[in-house]
Amino acid sequence: MIEVQNVTKSFGRKTAVENVSFVVKKGEVLGFLGPNGAGKSTTMRMITGYLEPDAGKITVGGMDMAQDALHARRLIGYLPESAPAYSDLSVIDFLNFAAEIRGLRGAARSKAVDRVIEMCFLGSVRHQSIDTLSKGYRHRTCFAQSVIHDPEVLVMDEPTDGLDPNQKHEVRNLIKEMGKSKAIVFSTHILEEVEAACTRAIIIDRGKVVANGTPADLKGRARNAGSLLLTLKATSAPNGLEKIPGVDQLETLSGSEGEHHFRLHSRKSAKDTTIEEAIADLALKNSWRIIRLTREEGRLDEVFRSITLPDNVR
Amino acid sequence: MTTDSTITSENQTAGTDSATEGVALAWHNIRTVLKRELLASFYSPVGYVFIVIFLLMSGFFTFMVGQFFEIGEASLSRSFFLWHPWLWLVFVPAIGMRLWAEEQRMGTIELLLTMPVHPWHAIVGKFLAAWLVVALALGLTFPIVLTVGWLGSPDYGVIFTGYLGSLLLGGTYLAVTSMTSALSRNQVVSFIISVVLCLFLILAGFEPVTNFVQQIFPDASRLVDFVAGFGVVPHFDAFQRGIVDVRDLFYFASVIGFCLFATAVILQARRA
Repeated sequence: MIEVQNVTKSFGRKTAVENVSFVVKKGEVLGFLGPNGAGKSTTMRMITGYLEPDAGKITVGGMDMAQDALHARRLIGYLPESAPAYSDLSVIDFLNFAAEIRGLRGAARSKAVDRVIEMCFLGSVRHQSIDTLSKGYRHRTCFAQSVIHDPEVLVMDEPTDGLDPNQKHEVRNLIKEMGKSKAIVFSTHILEEVEAACTRAIIIDRGKVVANGTPADLKGRARNAGSLLLTLKATSAPNGLEKIPGVDQLETLSGSEGEHHFRLHSRKSAKDTTIEEAIADLALKNSWRIIRLTREEGRLDEVFRSITLPDNVR
Repeated sequence: MTTDSTITSENQTAGTDSATEGVALAWHNIRTVLKRELLASFYSPVGYVFIVIFLLMSGFFTFMVGQFFEIGEASLSRSFFLWHPWLWLVFVPAIGMRLWAEEQRMGTIELLLTMPVHPWHAIVGKFLAAWLVVALALGLTFPIVLTVGWLGSPDYGVIFTGYLGSLLLGGTYLAVTSMTSALSRNQVVSFIISVVLCLFLILAGFEPVTNFVQQIFPDASRLVDFVAGFGVVPHFDAFQRGIVDVRDLFYFASVIGFCLFATAVILQARRA
């Protein structure tokens, strides 16, 4: 549904987005990760047609944003960063406006408005003026506006920013649910969100895509991904673990009296259990007692830190 | 051959269909934006305050300063409409300053311009909404027409063209304000710039200004004419004499058109 091809955008001398390409298909939820100022918002603004790319091409639903923006925009729902809404209107007037400008009239309009009011739990504030709403309600009002026409493409810039943990959970579930029938792109700083809601994630740093894959793929890039954590009880220092086939390196972690902690680095997939079996055999032979044996999945924040640079390095 | 001709005619109807569809869409969008603007104007006290104060001020100037009774004429041009270039100078920028500045401050411009709306639909919709508020304020001065009608027998045609001229004058200031409002996210800044520009439109045709220009450039009579050509007052005065001249209409339409076009250019430039 969304195709971004070699898109570049600069503001003055500063290149915000450089040669970025990716595709989002129907049924996909794409998480957009990156440090502040990496170009996430700029990319989303180009997808929604608010900004025009300097070079490259963006199509939404097969329509070129540069040539047929008005038709393409009908397919898109957009939740901009900081969730703006007309503070001089009431919630219901604002949603009516959003529905009408999307071409919904009469009964279809009131049905759509009622649907999003229910979906975003806005019933209790429907006649309240938006500038008197708390941040969470205001955010949900803008969220409601973005899905009022049941769009095929949903672009959300930090959809859970400023929400309380319950609301965050709610929004994540909503995104996941809607992702089954739509093409969704959302940006976030919160890595657990990517694991919770995305089918695929892109990490963007200084305007460039530095990683693109499923959350599991990305986690696999972590240094410790696939390694085994082992805790043993043994009277003497255990040896022989480093000789197990498939173990690249044995790391001895600090242990207490009688307990020994190890990390066995390995690149074998989680389905291959030969190492675990070999450890069990060794333990049996040497009468060690296995207290704990787990395989590390790798953590997204570790991957994130290893492939993006902090601000002070720029 | 027959199939060919059918295809051509189908293409032609498709062409006109999409054209009418385009017009219908534009009208729908303009109306929706207009409705939202009006709702916002009267949701907050802005609209009411504007209208009430305008009515008080125009009454004060007409009866107290304009000496409506002392003149002893059954006409509105010398007591009532005389003040409109100055009254609108303050009131129209006040009503128009929020048009785009507020959108940019709140960030809603990003919502509005990513909806299936052409920037032109939004610009025209907002402009018309604010113009309607101006027209409403102007319309509510009708008691003065009743008064003059009760006291004497005025030329209602001249009164009508007077109102028309005042409305066009307000629209012209409003278009200038729309442009200055796009320039800044600060309403006060856009108000001040707009007042200055509208003041220029008033003063450009005034003799002290044209004399001044002539003194600096004694040989450039063309330049003097050029500067004087910007003056809004001569065009406004023609309406007060009951004259509707195509050239005057063209003046108002071209200033409004130019300023709205500039609004679009500024908005586009500020996005990139």
